[in-house]
Amino acid sequence: MVPVAGALLESGIDLGPLLPHHLSEVIVGIILMLLVFLVMWKAVVPAFEKLYDERYQRIEGGLNRAEQAEAEAKAALAEYNEQLSSAREEAAKIREEAKNAGAQLLAEAREKATKESDRILASGRAQLEAERTQLMTELRGEIGGLATTLAGKIVGESLADDERANRTVDRFLDELEAAGKTR
Amino acid sequence: MIPWALPTEGGGGYTPPSVNDFIFDVPVIPGTPVWMNKPFWQAVIGALLVVGLWWLASRRLKLKPSKGQFFAEYIYEFVRNGIARDILHQDYKKFLPYLLGLFSFLLINNWFGEFFVFMLPTFSNVGFAYGLAFLSWCVYVGAGFHKFGIGFLKKALIPEGVPWYLLWLIIPLEFLATFVTRPVTLALRLFANMFAGHLVVLVFVVGGSFLLTYAGNPVFNVSGAVSVLFSFAILFLELFIGALQAYIFTVLTAQYVSTSVAEAH
Repeated sequence: MVPVAGALLESGIDLGPLLPHHLSEVIVGIILMLLVFLVMWKAVVPAFEKLYDERYQRIEGGLNRAEQAEAEAKAALAEYNEQLSSAREEAAKIREEAKNAGAQLLAEAREKATKESDRILASGRAQLEAERTQLMTELRGEIGGLATTLAGKIVGESLADDERANRTVDRFLDELEAAGKTR
Repeated sequence: MIPWALPTEGGGGYTPPSVNDFIFDVPVIPGTPVWMNKPFWQAVIGALLVVGLWWLASRRLKLKPSKGQFFAEYIYEFVRNGIARDILHQDYKKFLPYLLGLFSFLLINNWFGEFFVFMLPTFSNVGFAYGLAFLSWCVYVGAGFHKFGIGFLKKALIPEGVPWYLLWLIIPLEFLATFVTRPVTLALRLFANMFAGHLVVLVFVVGGSFLLTYAGNPVFNVSGAVSVLFSFAILFLELFIGALQAYIFTVLTAQYVSTSVAEAH
């Protein structure tokens, strides 16, 4: 009823369906699988891997480009900021310089004015001194005469002897001066 | 040629589906050798389909995928990322062609069990399963020897941290586990699932049609109709199991390769 074809049957071991009915099956299976493997190895897998590589490169390239653009934008922003801050600095510097220059000008003008006023004062003073000296000299000459005249008038006699009179006047003036100095 | 054909008038009785339904001793094309039978041609057509479909899919790949390419990429990435890369990590590209071919070849041949014209999972004939298991064995053993040279034997046979006095026990066990049971279980798991699944379908279809056409017994006929209808549900289940077994075979192969090439910790 159950005819099992198998070479092992005679030896008493019955593998049933576990024994290949045709041993060629094993060889055919191996050969076909090798054929399939060869095609996969040489054609299919390389083609797909190439596609994935390309896709990866594409995505990677896009990412890189985006990164690059971002970096550029950042650099531009930094540059702009730097320029701005340097401009600000410069403006501050200029303002500071102007302030300094103004102050300096003011100081110079003040100094000049002071000098000028000093000079004017000094020259005024010198002129005054000269005029006073001149006046004094003139006065001294006249005062002598006047006093002599006055004294002659008072004493009632003409003081003919000029030399004695001059001596008296000088003595008088010296006394006056001494009195003026001690006072 | 149709294995679940009803018994002829002369036989009269019911022949339950059996192991004999998986034996094909007639060449498909008369005059060719007897081993060029139905499973043989299925395997050949399956391989050609795998090669042809992938070849078509890999032509003119575009950065922006069309619908067809999207589908092909989905399957490709399922094997590439879901199996190869997950298990083998940085080494995965070397083994990807084998794993992809293996998965596709298994999937198509398993689904032949539900395809019109074929209606037989190729791997319900154990020889093909042995062949693929042998290839997977070669791949993971070869990968180990390629990477570690003869040191692979030591690495495979002596797990770390085993005391020396247990080595006499461990080494034969590890040898059996790594070099013998792995390929055998790979082959048998695949074969048995396909074989049993197909047998279940046969039982429902053959038994159901027998009951359906049984003269003079309406109860038989109704239950026969139900069982034939139910066989469609089983076919859907078989579609799922076919995909699952293709996946398991591929994952386990990748797993074995991964243990072979893994650096010692």
